[in-house]
Amino acid sequence: MPEPRARRALGYAAAIGLALTMVAPFLWMLSTALMDEFEVYQAPPPLLPAVPRFANFTEALTALPFALYFRNSLILAVATVTGQVVTAAMAGYAFARHRFAGRTPLFAVYLGTLMVPGIALLVPRFLLVDAMGLVDTVAGLVSVELVAAWGIFLMRQYFLSLPRDMEDAARLDGASEWQVFWRIAVPLARPALATVALFAFIDAWKALLWPLVIARSPDLRVVEAGVASFHGMYYANWPWQMAAAVAALVPVLVVFLAAQKAFLRGLAFGGFK
Amino acid sequence: MADLALAHLVKRFAGGVVGVDDVTLTVGEGAFTALVGPSGCGKTTILRLVAGLEEPTSGTVQIGGRDVTWLPPRERDVAMVFQNYALYPHLTVRENIAFPLAVRRMAGAELSRRVTNAAELLEIGALLDRKPAQLSGGQRQRAALARAIVREPACFLFDEPLSNLDAQVRAQTRAELVALHRRLGATILYVTHDQVEAMTMAQTVAVMARGRLLQEGAPLRLYRDPASLAVARFLGSPSINTVAGRTTGARFEGALACEARVAACADAVLGVRPEHLVLGPAMDAAPAQVTLVEPLGPESLVRLRLRSGEELVARVAGEAACCAGDAVGVRVAAGTGLFFRAADGTRLA
Repeated sequence: MPEPRARRALGYAAAIGLALTMVAPFLWMLSTALMDEFEVYQAPPPLLPAVPRFANFTEALTALPFALYFRNSLILAVATVTGQVVTAAMAGYAFARHRFAGRTPLFAVYLGTLMVPGIALLVPRFLLVDAMGLVDTVAGLVSVELVAAWGIFLMRQYFLSLPRDMEDAARLDGASEWQVFWRIAVPLARPALATVALFAFIDAWKALLWPLVIARSPDLRVVEAGVASFHGMYYANWPWQMAAAVAALVPVLVVFLAAQKAFLRGLAFGGFK
Repeated sequence: MADLALAHLVKRFAGGVVGVDDVTLTVGEGAFTALVGPSGCGKTTILRLVAGLEEPTSGTVQIGGRDVTWLPPRERDVAMVFQNYALYPHLTVRENIAFPLAVRRMAGAELSRRVTNAAELLEIGALLDRKPAQLSGGQRQRAALARAIVREPACFLFDEPLSNLDAQVRAQTRAELVALHRRLGATILYVTHDQVEAMTMAQTVAVMARGRLLQEGAPLRLYRDPASLAVARFLGSPSINTVAGRTTGARFEGALACEARVAACADAVLGVRPEHLVLGPAMDAAPAQVTLVEPLGPESLVRLRLRSGEELVARVAGEAACCAGDAVGVRVAAGTGLFFRAADGTRLA
């Protein structure tokens, strides 16, 4: 058995190694974003740019209408976050607290949808949205991610963990079922709601496939689609793509840092994703 | 304030478990009734049925002569204080107390006046801007009480409200609750498993077991004149001593013998309170050995074992004159024995 100190050092080394594995792609992205267009193709590829080229950022972000793409991504993200937080809170509360016919089988169906890979839903979703005449519209873009089964699951579990006495006390205090939900249950579920909101934001912000499929006009493109478009079949401008990717990452970082505390609490609770 | 009447109340849970079995109970206007019984006897279920948090299988609940059996909690005009206080942790004490008024759309000066009055009555005026997490157990209890009294309900329901408090605060709060009851003249149904709480606070005690109401009455009457062995055992600490034997119509004969002017019964149980056992030599004293002496200051508890192996506990004033290992005589003080049928625990008359 190694000494406790040596064991701890070993543990730290393993943790640092793992952390580096996680952060390396981001550092690589940042490094590439600052390289010259042809520096990227040197063999072996350099780890750092010879001269950092900050102009890549302005060039990349003005080569395409990124302001528009950011706006579209923001609309998609805000709508997704709002939709998922509202539906997850309400459905989660109903599944946790209200007795109604078919509650258990219905919840099982919700859980079942978690097993279906998103890619398998792409065509049916498109056909549905097309039938509603929403292809190439903002409504069509945001429509499919307004409800998230995992969010409903997380909220249900969270509401189940709250003591019922507080809700009963509110009922006796004269609160209606809506007031019990809105004034007592929702404020108590803030950490879980923050987690749902954060995941919804990240999912919406990095969405690529659905926005590509549903948006025909360039006006409805999102940031990820913009980033991807630097990468053609015969040509790729790696530094520009990486510079745009770094810019696209900033809002996610800001939201994550702002919600970090609540998110970690929710993560520890949900124990998944 | 209003009276509270339960008639033939039955609550059967899914799976056929009977929580409350044909309970009929009346709490008079302004009366303080304690519902006592061991854990799981159905007393909290009764409270929840009165509050409207559970629906009865059959029977009725009336408050102030109005049938509220099928009304939702908010329309019953009752306030409840929960065992864990159930304060809303995201609201300040002021907002907690104001909540019942705010959801009824009361606002402004009237709301402030009522909140201040309730807080002053419970001496928590200085804590109004704190969150529940910043309060001690006793302070939370007071805040929960203030929230209950602020809207002047028809009756109050208490669900073991003192069980989370330490012994000293509990004793103090007990006295304060009694004083509060006198001051408000409130109708109170108080659930507890602590018979000391029930005996010291309530005007009427109702004893329950396995979903049924065994007996109700004034605390001392129930203590002195229990209708069954279960009631006799539940009230009193230490619990009543029991000795198996038979009654002849004139005497009880068993490991202890005494006068028993009750019906003859071949399979009877003598119940005798610890304070009714007399230690010392006497003609009819049964020989026993002292196993433990517990001095409590003003009195001592003497634990004894009869030759037949039955264990007894006697309460003697001041210091006991014996110590562990001593052989002593023990008898039942004249006229204090209670006699029950062994088969069903009912009292022999």
